[in-house]
Amino acid sequence: MTDIKEVCKDIRCDIMTSIGHLGVGHIGGCLSLVELLAVLYFEEMNIDPADPKMPGRDRLVCSKGHAGPAVYATLANRGYFPREELLTLNQGGTHLPSHCDMNLTTGIDMTTGSLGQGFSCAVGVALGSKLEQDGATIYAIIGDGESQEGQIWEAAMFAAAKKLDNLIAFTDYNKLQIDDEVAKVNDIAPLDDKWAAFGWNVIDVEDGNDAEQVRAAVQHAKLGLGGGKPTMVILNTKKGCGVKWIEDLGAANHNTKISEEQARAAIAEIRGEV
Amino acid sequence: MEMRAVYAECLAKLMTEDRHVCVLDADLAKASGTRKLYEQFPRQMFDCGVAEQNMASIAAGLSSYGFKPWIESFTPFATRRICDQMTISISYAKQNVKIVGTDPGVSAELNGGTHMSMEDVGVVRSIPGMVIFEPVDDVQLRAAMPVLNAYEGPVYMRLFRKELPTVFPADYQFDLFKADTLREGKDLSIFVSGFLTKDVLDAAEKLAAEGIDAEIVNVHTIKPIDRETVIASARKTGAVLTVENHNVIGGLHSAVLEALAEERIPVCAVGVPDRFGEVGKMPYLRKVMGMTEEDIIAKAKYALSLK
Repeated sequence: MTDIKEVCKDIRCDIMTSIGHLGVGHIGGCLSLVELLAVLYFEEMNIDPADPKMPGRDRLVCSKGHAGPAVYATLANRGYFPREELLTLNQGGTHLPSHCDMNLTTGIDMTTGSLGQGFSCAVGVALGSKLEQDGATIYAIIGDGESQEGQIWEAAMFAAAKKLDNLIAFTDYNKLQIDDEVAKVNDIAPLDDKWAAFGWNVIDVEDGNDAEQVRAAVQHAKLGLGGGKPTMVILNTKKGCGVKWIEDLGAANHNTKISEEQARAAIAEIRGEV
Repeated sequence: MEMRAVYAECLAKLMTEDRHVCVLDADLAKASGTRKLYEQFPRQMFDCGVAEQNMASIAAGLSSYGFKPWIESFTPFATRRICDQMTISISYAKQNVKIVGTDPGVSAELNGGTHMSMEDVGVVRSIPGMVIFEPVDDVQLRAAMPVLNAYEGPVYMRLFRKELPTVFPADYQFDLFKADTLREGKDLSIFVSGFLTKDVLDAAEKLAAEGIDAEIVNVHTIKPIDRETVIASARKTGAVLTVENHNVIGGLHSAVLEALAEERIPVCAVGVPDRFGEVGKMPYLRKVMGMTEEDIIAKAKYALSLK
């Protein structure tokens, strides 16, 4: 039985290593997603790293494509490709670009990065799975800042109208975006009411960086599969979660410089060695 | 022949042959002539409502699942409205989506300036990976539809949806990447796309009566342009005129100029003179835009004078 907390530590450390090796990256929104990615890829998704294009597999669309480094660290730890490749992040010619690219990276199901679009793509994937009647569950992750995009709500309306009950989406509600707090820039609250009003099941997770709570939410969401509605799981997360000084940067941790020395210290902190 | 009727008939055939062919609308299925197909193909046709950007990205998602989606709207909403979705969700992600824009340029008529795209080819042409096709008549459209569907990659089709005269013979052989020389000539080359092809052929007869022997080439695929045919014709005649229902910036004229950039050959243009559209019927709009048969004849003579 996999110890999910240890998996989360491994993923966090590999995110720090790859971004630290490069010197800069979207660290905040990568660290906030770790528990979700660990639970999905290590416990809940029907996937096979040895057969990444397996027909009928569950799929994940990370619409907040700038969290690519977090997805790559998860895929590497899950066995999709060697962990050493994580050191090529964002280097010229790499298979691991800053934003997710289905044509470059083994295990990535959709190209994302222009915010809002990936979510519509996920809705298209969910529709495709419905038409194929292959029983797949389609997962999508959107950001809270990304939720300011009109396209998110176009997709939300369509998914509910077409009863895409094979779609489980997550909002990484870390409350921060590049310029400031989401509430100060252009508030998206009340998020749960909005999704409910759009015809979705809504599950609130008090601490989206608690793997147990995330697992319970995903399993709860799965009970809704086939029930006529898509489901939105709102994860109250902490941007930069797991590394104190990065958390303390607040909105400045969206895309920040990180030295290899800082990365090593962060890894020691994640491992509980300091 | 009404172009949208031919288009719908071809889509119905493609959907019958392959359940992975599907059509997405943004509340303009009636205008596109496809609304009646919804009953026949309930699992292959989806109306996204008035949300073109969502429609474009949903199509990309369907394509990633092995489907062959066609999306359709009026030309401006199928191009400039979804420019980023076409760029990232579709072309950058290498998705097999066919995009159909109806009522190009002045053919939007009474819908006026807001619905009259003069820039769509320019917008799409600058996106890597896109193929741009504009049919002349029912024969060419009917020949092209299965070819477009079989082509693995994104295509933008600029579709005149109303009645058009038939230009091509019944035994016409279509090659997506090969321009069609409709009339051989020695004095100048006229490269034309879309519905204006008929007018150019008529103009050529009048020019011939004046002793001017024009070569007429229908450039149905504006990107990638058939450089070989364009350059060979231009070198043979030594003077060029482009004729298009589009801004002279960014469309066929620009594509021909790029192909002929290293040739010392004059290239004149008939097209929309970098301005917005306005309401009106086609004869009025073609007059104010300088796109009548008389304009074609005058510009052809001017191109000839520059040799």
